[in-house]
Amino acid sequence: MLNKVRAWVEERTGLESGIAHFLNEDIPASSGWHQVFGSMALFMFLVQVFTGIMMALNYAPTTAEAHSSLRYILTELTAGRLMRGLHHWGASMMICIVVLHMVQVFLWGAYKKPREATWMLGVVLLLLTLGFGLTGYLLPWDNRAYWGTVVTTQIAAKAPVMGPYILTLLGSEDGQIGAVTFARFYAAHVLILPAVTALLVFLHVYLVRRHGVAPAPVETAPPIKFYPRQVFKDTVAIFAMFALLFVLAVAVRVPLGKLADPNDVSYIPRPEWYFLFLFQILKYFEGPLEIVGSMVLPGLAVLLLFLTPFIDRGKAIALRQRTGAIGVLVLSLIGWGALTAAALSTTPHRDSWKGFTAEEMAAIGTFRQAACWQCHSSTPGDSRPGPNLADIAVLRDRDWLVAHFKQASGPAGQGVKDLQWRRLATFLPKLDDENVESLHRTPQSLVSGAVVYQQNNCGACHQINGAGMKSGPPLNGVAKRWDRKWMEEHFVDPESKSPGTIMPAYKFSPADMTAMLDYMMSLTD
Amino acid sequence: MKSSSPEEPRRGFLIASINGLMGLITAALALPSAGYLLGGSKAKRPADWVPAGDLAKLEENVPEQVIFERVRRDGWKTVKEKASAWMVKTADKQVVAFSPVCTHLGCAVSWDGSAKNFACPCHTSSFGTDGKVLSGPAPRALDRFAVKLDGSTILLGEIRPADKA
Repeated sequence: MLNKVRAWVEERTGLESGIAHFLNEDIPASSGWHQVFGSMALFMFLVQVFTGIMMALNYAPTTAEAHSSLRYILTELTAGRLMRGLHHWGASMMICIVVLHMVQVFLWGAYKKPREATWMLGVVLLLLTLGFGLTGYLLPWDNRAYWGTVVTTQIAAKAPVMGPYILTLLGSEDGQIGAVTFARFYAAHVLILPAVTALLVFLHVYLVRRHGVAPAPVETAPPIKFYPRQVFKDTVAIFAMFALLFVLAVAVRVPLGKLADPNDVSYIPRPEWYFLFLFQILKYFEGPLEIVGSMVLPGLAVLLLFLTPFIDRGKAIALRQRTGAIGVLVLSLIGWGALTAAALSTTPHRDSWKGFTAEEMAAIGTFRQAACWQCHSSTPGDSRPGPNLADIAVLRDRDWLVAHFKQASGPAGQGVKDLQWRRLATFLPKLDDENVESLHRTPQSLVSGAVVYQQNNCGACHQINGAGMKSGPPLNGVAKRWDRKWMEEHFVDPESKSPGTIMPAYKFSPADMTAMLDYMMSLTD
Repeated sequence: MKSSSPEEPRRGFLIASINGLMGLITAALALPSAGYLLGGSKAKRPADWVPAGDLAKLEENVPEQVIFERVRRDGWKTVKEKASAWMVKTADKQVVAFSPVCTHLGCAVSWDGSAKNFACPCHTSSFGTDGKVLSGPAPRALDRFAVKLDGSTILLGEIRPADKA
């Protein structure tokens, strides 16, 4: 029966003989493990297509809903985090594999006549891969996405003559990133780039078949078949890569930050790691020279890469004779590595609680005082009786939460006032992947300090992180103006330090004073 | 494809490995995807009780349509929307609230005052004042809202099939 069906399909489509023809290609006997990268790159592309489609089935590609729908995928759907993890880490892995593929072809001189066009198509495919990374970066529509893309489009805007046109093409006519830019990036990411990439991959593979796999300088044995020996090696390599990707996707959480906020000037954008070297280059070229770093050098590098087969016309393909190529490669790697390392070393680390208002810090205090953590963890994957706040979104309304707090906290929550419950209920739903861990990470002394701050109603005169009044001086960066001892004396007797001040004296208990001073000294600009 | 040949005694092993590893990868993608597509939202929550009318204003055994506002979780959105129910006050001063959705294919049923039944305009199913099927292709009685009385205010909750209400 099955044979009859096969024969019927074969007679009408030639499917089986087609596959057999593809698999029975002759390849040089020297082929082996160093030639697995092309298949790996193709496989990675397919994984990205698959996980991308999976995400698209629950994703709303507009600025209004992108962030909340992605949050829905991550916090409400089974395996939602896995899908995004595979897609995110898959992108990085694909870049690595594509580069390794090019390094292999480069070292073995496999781009030489007659394979120049195969190489040049490969360079275009590398650029398309980077294009995927650039456009996909915007789609979560969090601060990272927004500010990263602002920088990208502003670089493009500085192109001589073309700048304004490029900006308009990117949907950012007025220099702002919004609905139009988002739509363009999305369309590029899921329509244009996949279609073009698929087509070029097809042509690339066609050319590989046309010219055959590049042979070693001297082939001592007769050609072998592609299947099963080389396919086996390709498959083992693909499996190892996929296993690593899967572990990454499960183990390393990709955070979804705060909803994109064009007014959040405190956000410091950083590009994805594979663009960091470009980001770093920009620091060395200022003023009119900026274009050298942003366009001339990268453009030149791409051009050199593209024309490699015509620059290196030598016949040598034996690895031992390719000292020049090895030298170029090593120098490029060192240069790239140094730039990336320099960029990484200057990446500022920001503790997630640094942006909280005193009220929000005090809410963490309530969370701890009422021992909410006994049932609710805020560490990803940690299992406790109640829902893990790092894994799910808090969707209940405030009244429900307050009722739940009172009922569930038991004796630990006895001393908590209604106002404190309500503030905790306002605070919890606002937490996101990037700051939920502050529930257990924030040093207790800072939390206690904020509680003292709230109890004494300091916000009636002072401001912290934008919350509070300004009849007294704002307190961010106060540690730069005064030292701890000065502050302590100022609390006890303000008049002695700043004559004429309207600030009353505060007689804190020693513990409260310590906490208060810790908190004050921790406030950054 | 083919079984082992004399030149390549390992051929069978290679082919089995290729198929096995590819099978593992496929399973590692397919199983989570099934959960992802079929698992639904993990954040299920019961519908809130919403006020939807006054028992005192209903006439016994005369169905009346009430329109009320409710909050519903729609995927990643929380939407405030209008919903309707057919209320019937029973002899024992209780109230039954029927979902207006025909149990056949989801058209909206309405009360036919002259025929004294709920009629579906699509495939002519009809239901009695107790919600039971009188005629037509509908497979089961009209679904009901969970009902709670707060004084004379009628509160509506989840929609459930009649046999589970």
